[in-house]
Amino acid sequence: MNTVGKAHKYGDNVDTDVIIPARYLNISDFQELAKHCMEDIDRDFVDKTDRGDVIVAGNNFGCGSSREHAPAVIKENGISCVIATTFARIFYRNAINIGLPILECSEASEKIEAGDEISVNFATGTITNQTKGQVYQAKPFPEFIRNIMDNDGLLNSIK
Amino acid sequence: MGMTMTQKILANCANLDRVEEGQLIRAKLDMVLANDITGPVSINEFEKNQFRQVFDKSKISLVMDHFTPNKDIKSAEQCKSCRTFAKKFDIENFYDVGNMGVEHALLPEKGLVAAGDAIIGADSHTCTYGALGAFSTGVGSTDVAAAMATGEAWFKVPSALRFNLSGTLSPGVSGKDVILHIIGMIGVDGALYKSMEFVGDGISALSIDDRLTIANMAIEAGAKNGIFQVDELARQYMDQRVPREYKVYNPDDDAIYEKTYHINLSSIKQTLSFPSLPDNTRTIDQVGEIYIDQVVIGSCTNGRLSDMAAAAEMLKGRRIHPDVRTIIIPATQQVYKDCIKLGYMDVFIDAGCVVSTPTCGPCLGGHMGILAAGEKCVATTNRNFVGRMGHIESEVYLASPTVAAASAVMGKIVGNVDADICENIDTDIEENIAGNIEEVKI
Repeated sequence: MNTVGKAHKYGDNVDTDVIIPARYLNISDFQELAKHCMEDIDRDFVDKTDRGDVIVAGNNFGCGSSREHAPAVIKENGISCVIATTFARIFYRNAINIGLPILECSEASEKIEAGDEISVNFATGTITNQTKGQVYQAKPFPEFIRNIMDNDGLLNSIK
Repeated sequence: MGMTMTQKILANCANLDRVEEGQLIRAKLDMVLANDITGPVSINEFEKNQFRQVFDKSKISLVMDHFTPNKDIKSAEQCKSCRTFAKKFDIENFYDVGNMGVEHALLPEKGLVAAGDAIIGADSHTCTYGALGAFSTGVGSTDVAAAMATGEAWFKVPSALRFNLSGTLSPGVSGKDVILHIIGMIGVDGALYKSMEFVGDGISALSIDDRLTIANMAIEAGAKNGIFQVDELARQYMDQRVPREYKVYNPDDDAIYEKTYHINLSSIKQTLSFPSLPDNTRTIDQVGEIYIDQVVIGSCTNGRLSDMAAAAEMLKGRRIHPDVRTIIIPATQQVYKDCIKLGYMDVFIDAGCVVSTPTCGPCLGGHMGILAAGEKCVATTNRNFVGRMGHIESEVYLASPTVAAASAVMGKIVGNVDADICENIDTDIEENIAGNIEEVKI
């Protein structure tokens, strides 16, 4: 699977409370909830993102609460991939479990700037920055996790 | 090569002789937990995937604690979804308004979690139960949906950091100060993907409530789990509550730890986390003069009886500062009843605090104490992220119940009350009350 889109850049420790504030967690419908994605860190996020775009961030992306609503609203907004130096572990497994592609790559996290056109090859973990003409290599996932991702999430993989 | 406590529990529940760091395993679970926010998402997934039964109705807990008593129609619908599911599958540990408490205070109190267990919960603070020697970790709703059906979850076996505790805490210092100190030292991702294992003679100087507070916030250092070596006090606590056998695992002498931190508890000072990350810590002498608008004492971190006792000790015979709203939330019905029995409730109300039924409420900006722009709150909760308790321009300072209660009295962040000032306030109020009574008589 490949994807192409522009980058939206954030810093370290983007927490799940800014990805989707708890004041909206009385909503379980992810489509409705997605309108508030990233609202407390980037008010324009929903309006400025297009299907296929990628989020690029630093360390510990998705720290804090276990709310699966966080990767879910990112996915609902059409974000094709989140690239970060590291992910908080619950966000990491939630993203895998719901089929939101994520990649750990410190070089990409450092060099990609907001607005860069990014293409990602998930099979190889290769990230291409088309704007800057650079290629970065993400850490490959273990086969066990690849299997979950290839099945578009945990529940399909255990059936 | 030897194994850590966490690795031993994971090996046991994966039915393996041994496991190594990085190994991917499927583990059998002893408890699967969700609440009124994460539960409905799990239930949707469970039903969407047409699972017909739960793996064990006695090993699932559903606790209605976040937006309860329901704050609005949407929250009511979420609880209704959990209630319907619980009835359909005869879930034994369904806790609704009336018998619920804040989940991570409730499950240990009810004896539902014990040493050697493997536990997942769709709530990040599920790591709390490591205080009793369990492997316990937060996951998402899909993991819980799968686990409710299969009784299993996948894990990558973690490496570990060791915290060797010695000494005893100084007066006015608590488990909250210990864990804030540690998070400040290693950072919010200092234990990312790892276990935090607490060992050493110092453990026995910590109450079970202090240990629950410390394990509760392991997630704020990014950890997969926090776990305490089980001592006699932990055994006593479990023997009084857990109606089944439990297994105590000690680390092997040659277990591999990435790093060992030696912490003398007597050297720890009262510690706070300043906005807007839990690792932004300051000791009480570094705080400066910060005036506050609200104090919250409660939550899965600090809503237990010893937390209420610490607050009551500080508030007894005193009035809170007129500029501060103080909200006290005993974490369970039992804690609430004990507060009444021990006279803490009178202390709180006479001091000018409001006391709420158990709820997570303000901790996550849900209800029962939301902050306006620019307001500052000292809270015994666990997170101080941007907008966590309300407006994105409000601020949360994390602290112990002692510091929170003292700050409520003084109207600014302090570690203890200034008795001279307080006595004066107290006397003034008594005179006013006497004066009012005289006026009424006339």
